[in-house]
Amino acid sequence: MTALAERPGDTRTRGRVVAQRFFVVRELGIGLALLLLIVITALVNPRFLAAQSIKDLLLGSTILAILATGQAIVVITRNVDLSVGSVLGLSAFAVGTLFVSAPGTPIPVALAMGVALGAACGAVNGLLIAAARVPALVVTLGTLYVFRGIDYTWATGKQVNAADMPAGFLRMGTKAVLGVPVLALFAVVVLVFAGYYLRAFRSGRELYAIGSEPAAARLNGIPVGRRIFGAFVVSGALAGFAGVLYAARFGTLDANAGINSELNVVAAVVVGGVAIFGGSGSVYGAALGAVLLTTIGAALPVLGVSPFWQRAAVGALILAAIGLDRILMARVGERLRVIGGRSVAENAPNQRKGARRA
Amino acid sequence: MRRSYAWDLGIIVALVLFVAVAGQTIEGVGSPRFWRFVILEVIPVALIALPLALVVITGEIDLSVASVLGLTCTVLGQLWAWGVSSLPLLIVLCLLLGAALGAVNGVFVTVFGLPSLAVTIGTLALYRGLAYVVLGDRAVANYPTTWTRNAIAAIPGLTIPWMILVVVAVAVILGVILHATPIGRGLYAIGNNAEASAFAGISVARTKFWLFVLTGAMSALAGVFWTFRFASARADNATGLELAAVAAVLLGGVSIFGGRGGLVGVLAAVVLLATLRNALQLADVPANALTIVTGSLLIASVVGPNVATQARDALRRRRARTAT
Repeated sequence: MTALAERPGDTRTRGRVVAQRFFVVRELGIGLALLLLIVITALVNPRFLAAQSIKDLLLGSTILAILATGQAIVVITRNVDLSVGSVLGLSAFAVGTLFVSAPGTPIPVALAMGVALGAACGAVNGLLIAAARVPALVVTLGTLYVFRGIDYTWATGKQVNAADMPAGFLRMGTKAVLGVPVLALFAVVVLVFAGYYLRAFRSGRELYAIGSEPAAARLNGIPVGRRIFGAFVVSGALAGFAGVLYAARFGTLDANAGINSELNVVAAVVVGGVAIFGGSGSVYGAALGAVLLTTIGAALPVLGVSPFWQRAAVGALILAAIGLDRILMARVGERLRVIGGRSVAENAPNQRKGARRA
Repeated sequence: MRRSYAWDLGIIVALVLFVAVAGQTIEGVGSPRFWRFVILEVIPVALIALPLALVVITGEIDLSVASVLGLTCTVLGQLWAWGVSSLPLLIVLCLLLGAALGAVNGVFVTVFGLPSLAVTIGTLALYRGLAYVVLGDRAVANYPTTWTRNAIAAIPGLTIPWMILVVVAVAVILGVILHATPIGRGLYAIGNNAEASAFAGISVARTKFWLFVLTGAMSALAGVFWTFRFASARADNATGLELAAVAAVLLGGVSIFGGRGGLVGVLAAVVLLATLRNALQLADVPANALTIVTGSLLIASVVGPNVATQARDALRRRRARTAT
């Protein structure tokens, strides 16, 4: 009887191993692609690996990586947040205006305000999606326009200049610790927290369950609406956070900060192996995707390729990534079926025996 | 089906009401000149939104439309710069290009079975990128004035550009196909349940493939119009137009999940959005702030019916409870 009880568990672990290996392969794959790109570029021009160049690269990917982290959390629940670019713009301009109207504002207060503003925007999205049960694509396409419009109305003709910002705030945007920019460290902290939450917390796991099959998740007693609401608040808060970092990095702000960046963020997430229909992927992959997209942009000119090829390369990469995911998924599905089938075959005679014994 | 007609009617009523009110309060709204500019704005968006609506009705989406438009512009400009000077040849080549680009989307979606949202985000970047590869940051602008003038010429005796007749023709053809033929009913069936319609003998993959080809070709046509209207082929032509087109389709009553909606509503929504934008511009509302109106309309268009349905369901449940 004990053998009987163990067998299905055994199957499940073996299934999990296969599934886990898939994710490792997927993230390893994008990591390898990134490494390959860096190595080739460095061989062509060793200065690509100079400290300054690496710093620029990290600085360049920071904002996209933070946005991608938030987006990944939303996409995992089988939703999408197209409003992140507008939230970033709104938050960046709000922070700039705050420093203009209250020059002595401490930096942490400004940070908290940006994050809170982003979270509020995310809450609007989440409320419409979770309570009014409206598709996320439509709602966030709408709030993409609305938030950007508010930003424009607020900022008409105004511009916040670097001179209006406290020096300490701007220094945060460019300073580096041991060669690593402070902003990138922020991104790493966000990433590790998000990654740990998704992996280790019950509510984090539930996000995957919702993304795999919302109806089944609901039947299992998962508060689907509340979790999705939470995912959008987090995505909004991270976009707000990214807005503050944007302000610190660029100093000069008008209403166009982060415009048209939403599809780039989704692209980073997809390239990073988060399935667009939810239920699988990780924030690490999404962040790697963001770094890869940024690196391509930096590497092409070094490789002597016209920078005009950059967008085309990104597009090709997205198609390759989803194609690869498809193939890998099919493989995993087959392996799982084989394992599942074998265990059924093994268990069936046992069960009969067990029944006779009983 | 009844809800769909009510929605079409609602959009049209909103449009008429708005024009009536704005015509009284805003100087210049409703003048022939005003309609000329509205229609010039409607033409490219409608050319894209109409076939896109069919794609959305089958439960797919195409976000690459504006990039197809942009790539077509640059190829048209480059061909002209290389000395291809026959207008019909140029138009045919552009349409073929658009169809091919749409076919790429279609192959990825139907043959490889990839989600269209992800595929067309990829081709959105790819096609726009290729547009930059073709022209870089240059612009080709030295077209014969007869071409550029003819593209926006008015119907004799009116101020309305003749190209709107092409839009109307497209709308009628697609409308008849969608609303009065088995093919059209098949599109709704696919959107409602692709698996069931496959069992019912509808070739789901082939239908979707051709819809992507159609959308690509129409986006290319919009690109030709765009090039001649602004007398400029640039790689960044119509950047971001995909979201405007999707917004029009959804505001027009097409469900993002597929299976529901009609072309009358979509066309009315395109006109409504263009009218709003032009009228408010005349009222000195800054153009960029108008995005608030577009966005709110879009959200209201989905939240309204959903909340109404939920309220109706709740009411019905309560009645059922009191009855027992």
